[in-house]
Amino acid sequence: MSFVSRGFHGRRRSDADPSRVPPGQYVTQDFPVLSAGPTPHPSLATWTLSLVGELDEERAWTWEQFRALPSEEITVDIHCVTKWSKLDTVWRGVSVDTLLEGLDTAAEHVIQYSDGGYTTNVPLEDVTGGKAWVVYEYDGEPLDPEHGGPARMLVPHLYFWKSAKWLRGLRLQTTDEPGFWETNGYNNYGDPWKEQRYWGD
Amino acid sequence: MEGAALLGRLIWQLAQVVNVSPETPRVKTVVFDVPAWPGHRSGQHVDVRLTAEDGYQVERSYSIASAPNATHVELTVERLDDGEVSPYLTDELRPGDRIELRGPVGGYFVWEPGLRGPVLLVGGGSGIVPLMAMIRERAAADDDVDMRLVFSSRGWDDVIYRDELEHLAGNGLTVVHTLTRSQPAGWAGYARRVDAEMLAEVGPAAGDRPLIYVCGPTPFVESVATALVGLGHEAYRIKTERFGPTGG
Amino acid sequence: MDQLMLDGNGVAGLLQEVFAVEMTTAVGTCAACSAVEPLGAVHVFRSAGVVLRCPHCDHVLAKIVKRGGQACVDLGGFRALATTARV
Repeated sequence: MSFVSRGFHGRRRSDADPSRVPPGQYVTQDFPVLSAGPTPHPSLATWTLSLVGELDEERAWTWEQFRALPSEEITVDIHCVTKWSKLDTVWRGVSVDTLLEGLDTAAEHVIQYSDGGYTTNVPLEDVTGGKAWVVYEYDGEPLDPEHGGPARMLVPHLYFWKSAKWLRGLRLQTTDEPGFWETNGYNNYGDPWKEQRYWGD
Repeated sequence: MEGAALLGRLIWQLAQVVNVSPETPRVKTVVFDVPAWPGHRSGQHVDVRLTAEDGYQVERSYSIASAPNATHVELTVERLDDGEVSPYLTDELRPGDRIELRGPVGGYFVWEPGLRGPVLLVGGGSGIVPLMAMIRERAAADDDVDMRLVFSSRGWDDVIYRDELEHLAGNGLTVVHTLTRSQPAGWAGYARRVDAEMLAEVGPAAGDRPLIYVCGPTPFVESVATALVGLGHEAYRIKTERFGPTGG
Repeated sequence: MDQLMLDGNGVAGLLQEVFAVEMTTAVGTCAACSAVEPLGAVHVFRSAGVVLRCPHCDHVLAKIVKRGGQACVDLGGFRALATTARV
């Protein structure tokens, strides 16, 4: 291991319940902002959220239509592959199950795509059954652009790069398509409890 | 270790603290002895790595404040209240402590005596650090090139290297302060954020094709660079070093 | 303009670690808009990995992911990348 600097602790919390902290993670009180590109600022007047691909019928919602969908408050722990975890984060959003309600699909994979070009892939079964949401509020306030507002994906059981910020759509596919980070050394699935950070983990 | 540095591959070295001294209420200079230090160029920086006992590790970059001819490597660090690393460097480190450091790095944001002037340096807060290395090297080399510093600080007590800058001004070095939040009684200098008007009044004309170095928080650098381009300075002669939202 | 954005200088150490030579003076040509800039002047974003973007058109020039002592590098956004002679 590297040289240990006397008296250095950083700003982590050390009082978290260890059973809630995946291997190799450190709990933070902050909400670090990490970004692969400049923060987009789409106009809500023209914003849409789309469901496309392997579906009997494609769907799209305007901001008003999206906000009119049934939503719920969710409290979850989130884990970033850069090693910070944040416990008990509170969001409000629409379950992906709600978005897919009534739709027939043979798809097994979902590609999340965002303003700015970011993509990430998840198995369909990892975003259904109450495991994922499209969220628009954090901690009771509208989601900050730097944290992915107006709306982002929330898939808390996987590393947080699998929750795309600035979400604009979900593309359902029968084939998998590794996304922005999956094609550059990160794990295709990303389970923090199995410490699946990198390709081959 | 020296062989590895010559090949260009960076290695982490242990640097030992020689001294920690205050510059302003929130800023300290830490002086390091770095055994295998290969020398540096003004404007370069180092990466610092801290590891806690449980393996938790963070890295940050800090510009080198000392001129190349100095005997030790000096870093000037602003303590950010919610920083991960800066409070450790300013409040915890004692002479004899060691930290991991690698460098020098950076070949883009550098200056050396002998380059044709004029030179314009624009610094915001702790953005003065790499510019100070340039100013110190210019003085040590007795270079009289037209070098002008526009330095933005919150208040008079926040001006890093205040006395040294006053001492070095002259012989072609112009130092202009702007104090953005509070000014001492009787202050007749600039009292606002750096803008195009100030840069036009103080800086060399675009037609003189100065070498320009801008350093500080990202929003500061963006605003100054935009103003300079608006005044007609060529973008490729403006070198920037952004410190991120706050710096570290 | 993004508060978080750095320029290529900010990752000089990482670049030198990966390429074994000083890279902020290396000159890159953007594959999307053909702009030519030294790496010290490109825009840098840090997320799960480091992303270098063209300061003119935001095209992703490169992605760098470090995994322990190894690096995974995608340089596909450059049409060309020329290092300078000085080491």
